Amino acid sequence: MTRAAIKDLILEIIKDIDEDADFNTLQSDQPLRDQLDLDSMDFLDIVMELRKRHKLQIPEEDYPQLASLDSCANYLEPLLKNV
Amino acid sequence: MPFSLDKAADSYDVIVIGSGLGGLTTAKRLSYCGHKVLLLEFHHQLGGLATWFKRKGHIFDISLHGFPYGMVKTCKKYWTREITDSIVQLRNIVFDNPQFSLQTTFDRLDFTALLNKKFKIPQTVIDRFFATVAGMNFYDDQTMTTRELFEQFFPGRTDVHRLLMEPITYANGSTLDDPAITYGIVFSNFMNKGVFTFEGGTDKLIRMMTEDLEKNGVMICTNAKVERILVEKGKVRGVEVNGRVITAPAVVSNSGITNTIYNLAGRDVFSSDFLEKADAIRVNNSSCQVYIGLKKDSSIEDKGDLLFTSTAPVFDSSELLDMHTHSKTFSVYYPKTRPGHDRFAIVASMNSRFGDWSSLSPTAYETEKKALIERTLVDLNRYFPGVNEKIDWLEAATPKTFNRYTLHTHGTSFGTKFEGLAVSRSIFKEVPGLFHVGSVGIIMSGWLGAINYGVIVSNDVDSYIRSV
Ligand SMILES: Cc1cc2nc3c(=O)[nH]c(=O)nc-3n(C[C@H](O)[C@H](O)[C@H](O)COP(=O)(O)OP(=O)(O)OC[C@H]3O[C@@H](n4cnc5c(N)ncnc54)[C@H](O)[C@@H]3O)c2cc1C
Repeated sequence: MTRAAIKDLILEIIKDIDEDADFNTLQSDQPLRDQLDLDSMDFLDIVMELRKRHKLQIPEEDYPQLASLDSCANYLEPLLKNV
Repeated sequence: MPFSLDKAADSYDVIVIGSGLGGLTTAKRLSYCGHKVLLLEFHHQLGGLATWFKRKGHIFDISLHGFPYGMVKTCKKYWTREITDSIVQLRNIVFDNPQFSLQTTFDRLDFTALLNKKFKIPQTVIDRFFATVAGMNFYDDQTMTTRELFEQFFPGRTDVHRLLMEPITYANGSTLDDPAITYGIVFSNFMNKGVFTFEGGTDKLIRMMTEDLEKNGVMICTNAKVERILVEKGKVRGVEVNGRVITAPAVVSNSGITNTIYNLAGRDVFSSDFLEKADAIRVNNSSCQVYIGLKKDSSIEDKGDLLFTSTAPVFDSSELLDMHTHSKTFSVYYPKTRPGHDRFAIVASMNSRFGDWSSLSPTAYETEKKALIERTLVDLNRYFPGVNEKIDWLEAATPKTFNRYTLHTHGTSFGTKFEGLAVSRSIFKEVPGLFHVGSVGIIMSGWLGAINYGVIVSNDVDSYIRSV
């Protein structure tokens, strides 16, 4: 999966969590939490959704790696390289 | 419609023991993740403490007094749009005690105005207090108690302490001596937008949840009391229920954490380190309730949805727990609460200790129960003069009642004190395949806490099932 596809995947999952989420002004190097008003339950949803869709097991200590779109891409790129 | 146990298969991906809101949500999430789920409930009705009963045309709700706005987001994400759409605000929260009487929407804006204008607290102090509690996390330092938090911001102001604490004591059994974070997290949840309820009543909510679970393929069996969680070679193998063995690589217990460890799994499957932590768990207090039904065609004036009343001179955590407490809440259910059902009902709730009631002889128990009802009516008449003539149903529940229906240790209403959370969260590291969900640690209790905790635990369970 390319970095762009990974970012789209994350945005798609967030859209499922909150259909009103507005991505227009989203900056990919800034924390998603502050920009989209996500809480820790929302991040848990992202983790579960990644496991469901791509059998990815993300250990709890790695959750902070999902903070921004860029960091998601950095972290997930090697894990999703064959997808 | 739930099934009887003989319809269940012999093996599942996961078995959930108990259908409280935590158990129901876990069953929902795990079926959504693609697992084959069996839900076993000892009672004939689902919901656990989220329950109701019918008498003489009345429907009484047990634990539908109010929850924070967070339920809207949570139900939208983890349940259904229809469930979410039934959540409505309770706008009229009343306090009445010797120190003050007031009405509020119980949100940050209104509380700020009250604290500033009525209680003469400087705006900067109020803002700092709200910022402090809003910034609290469950993993923060727990050495500060709620009493110390209040003394820091509002020294000597027992009236302010009462305003801030009384509702939370009813909401989760916490006292001034519990960690301030358990107060701050729950209080902030409410202050977000106020107090909400489920229009249509608990029976409607549980019916909708049951239908949703069935649609998702969850097998639900009632009158199914799990006697043992089977552990073999250090791992979970399944459960023994009504004398039958059903196997699964993962079992999630929504029974109380102490019950789960001591009675269902058994001490011998845990390490001594773990047992030391488990033995230190304090269960929370239980409750007393008086259910009051008004005759058909009679009505009462709208005096508020939720009344925090007390004749005790100041707020005192132990006074609220006393079996003869002078403090109680009245939840008033107007016909608007349950559209189509034109009856008025009132539920009085008090916090209570199991030991005070369980130690009574059968006759003393009946006498105390009558006295509890009498005291409640005296208090109720202060708000609804002459209400006695309109009543056609009166009944009381005590900690013994809660214990009988939920099997919870000491009939606990709100799970355990803070230390229970770490034990609940780590149980699967001790016995692979064994999980616990349900009220623990004060913050993971209440309708919202129990549902959210169900989601958190489901993530652990899903991860485990996929790795074995
Ligand atoms: C009087 C009262 C008022 C409350 N008011 C409110 C309120 O206004 N707002 C709010 O948000 N919260 C309120 N609460 C708290 C809230 O109801 C609970 O925190 C929440 O419902 C608990 O959910 P739970 O998942 O912990 O499970 P529980 O509701 O405790 O359910 C556990 C279930 O497991 C079942 N079970 C146990 N052992 C077994 C076994 N061996 N085999 C099979 N089944 C078993 C039990 O029968 C039960 O159904 C109130 C509680 C009480 C008691």
